[in-house]
Amino acid sequence: MSSDVDVAAPGIGLPEGDEAEAQAGLWRRAYDNLRAGNLGILPIVIGLALIVVFFSYKATNFFTADNFNNIIVQMAGLTMLAFGVVFVLLLGEIDLSIGYLSGIAALAVAEFQLPGSGHAYPGVVAIAIAVGLCALIGGAQGSVVALVGVPSFVVTLAGLLIWQGVILQVLEIKGVIVIQDKWINDTANYYFTSRAGWIIAAVVTGSYALAMLGSVVGKLRAGVAIRSPLLIVAKVLGVAAATFGTVAISNHANVPNGLPLAGVLVVIFLIGLTFLAKRTPFGRHVYAVGGNAEAARRAGINVPRIRIIVFMISGAMAGVGGVILAARLNSVDLNVGGGTLLLDAISAAVIGGTSLFGGRGEVRSALIGALVIATVSNGLNTAGYKTGTIYIVTGVILLLAVTLDTVARRLQARSGR
Amino acid sequence: MSETPILQLRGITKSFGSVQALADVDFEVLPGEVMALVGDNGAGKSTLVKCVAGTHSPDSGEILFEGKPVTIHGPKDAAKLGIEVVYQDLALCDNLDVVQNMYLGREERDWLWRLKEPLMEQRTADTLRSLSVTTIRSIRQPVASLSGGQRQSVAVAKAVQWNSRLVILDEPTAALGVAQTRQVLELVKRLGDQGLSVVLISHNLHDVFEVATRITVLRLGRDVGVYEREKTTQQEVVQAITAGIPTRVAGIPETTPELAS
Repeated sequence: MSSDVDVAAPGIGLPEGDEAEAQAGLWRRAYDNLRAGNLGILPIVIGLALIVVFFSYKATNFFTADNFNNIIVQMAGLTMLAFGVVFVLLLGEIDLSIGYLSGIAALAVAEFQLPGSGHAYPGVVAIAIAVGLCALIGGAQGSVVALVGVPSFVVTLAGLLIWQGVILQVLEIKGVIVIQDKWINDTANYYFTSRAGWIIAAVVTGSYALAMLGSVVGKLRAGVAIRSPLLIVAKVLGVAAATFGTVAISNHANVPNGLPLAGVLVVIFLIGLTFLAKRTPFGRHVYAVGGNAEAARRAGINVPRIRIIVFMISGAMAGVGGVILAARLNSVDLNVGGGTLLLDAISAAVIGGTSLFGGRGEVRSALIGALVIATVSNGLNTAGYKTGTIYIVTGVILLLAVTLDTVARRLQARSGR
Repeated sequence: MSETPILQLRGITKSFGSVQALADVDFEVLPGEVMALVGDNGAGKSTLVKCVAGTHSPDSGEILFEGKPVTIHGPKDAAKLGIEVVYQDLALCDNLDVVQNMYLGREERDWLWRLKEPLMEQRTADTLRSLSVTTIRSIRQPVASLSGGQRQSVAVAKAVQWNSRLVILDEPTAALGVAQTRQVLELVKRLGDQGLSVVLISHNLHDVFEVATRITVLRLGRDVGVYEREKTTQQEVVQAITAGIPTRVAGIPETTPELAS
């Protein structure tokens, strides 16, 4: 402390030679790195690369531009659900109703576009109704959790049964509802032209770089240290490579040529929800409630309000996912919202690194997890394996990912709670 | 001329059903003093603090803040007056970093609802520096990775940051080791030096005698007496805590004006 700290110093003081702290320095650095995102997604990205290499070797038509586009469209609906799951898990809660809630959205969107039904609306309106309905249902379920104090597991388990029942009751009579509205179907079936794709890639990369630049300027102006300029450059380059790479591959695809709109929608929600989680007071409060609800309450945060809004987000994202899933099939039938959709969505968030215990996780982990699940299931399908194998492999990956999370948590718990 | 106490409680009574937690308790804190509140388990220390913090409302008696009667109905009212309470281990979110914790619930944001991170980081650094909390390596590390003493220091700094006049510390050293305790006690002393009033609730008389200017003893819901640190001994206070004393120590009211000088 003898040399007085200048304003741009990273901390507020020079490290004192406290023995215990010096010993912990290595762990801390590793942990800080984890927090900064240096290692956080590294294991799963490596895993994903291995999976891709394996299937490219195993199946001849896996590593193709066509199949790349396939995977994007296959995973889009699931990813939307998983985005919502991340928020619920951040609170340390669970939402089991999202699978059939997405079915309700599919049902609603199909019903409200049905020509000759007397309530046929334009596609956009039908989508808005469906998503809004799911947000309301999510909010109602969240209110029971937050205000009455019933565990979210029970409330949403009841929701799972109720919404499945509603779907069965409606569709038992109607059988299948075909979706003909172009707006709705486009969410899963529209592909941009090559040029539009390149423009989108440029816009995404450019805005990301601008946002980064803005935060750097803000920090410089406030005299706060920029901890890792190299990391910022690497992040911008990474985003550029990912977006331009995706567009390049999609533009090479033959059958559905071009960048799929579904993929762009995923990116839009990724950006919007990441902003909400990391850059707004609301997001900060979600992390706080998940980390220590009592401390959050004492800090003056309205904890029930945060819980209700999070369940609304979860419901709304289930709605968005449900619309895309229905659009992909151009119809809604008795199986809507069922199958492994719910468990895949939760698995996606957890595989991507979101903790089940609350307070730890990122929106992007849903995307990465969904990418792993979609790639594995697509690859095994392409290589000719049966559904049973897909379940087993997905289960093993889930177990591995959660084990990794638990071990990471134990390291952190050294001085924590 | 005696100084107006920043906080004065007169005849506070509070019962929970048939249990009388506080009976006719008087308590006062002068500006810039560290007032210790000691007593055995169940003596009513926490209840008294909760009355000040607004968690409980007293059955009878009055609360004066800077000489004016006030009613405190919740933590927000208390914060508005400039009273902040630091609870034992419930103050911080482990998964958030130091800056995020310092501004929790009072984040600075711009018109787009964006958090003003650089501003908050800079002010946090200023606050910690002004309190000489210098052992924290980076204020961007999660609180989970801090030592007990550092966490308590952050909790105290968080309370002080909001122009508070009176900080109530509930057992701030209860779970800490020797070196960590020292860290926190030094911080408490500095708060007093900076003109803040501090109420220190503690079981540890050693700590109390190190930093307190005066000591209020509660026993079975009644205030037994107020002692000046300079003019009493640990034995005397221990006796007051365990056995109580039939009458107040003579000379205490007379000594109060001296403190003002």
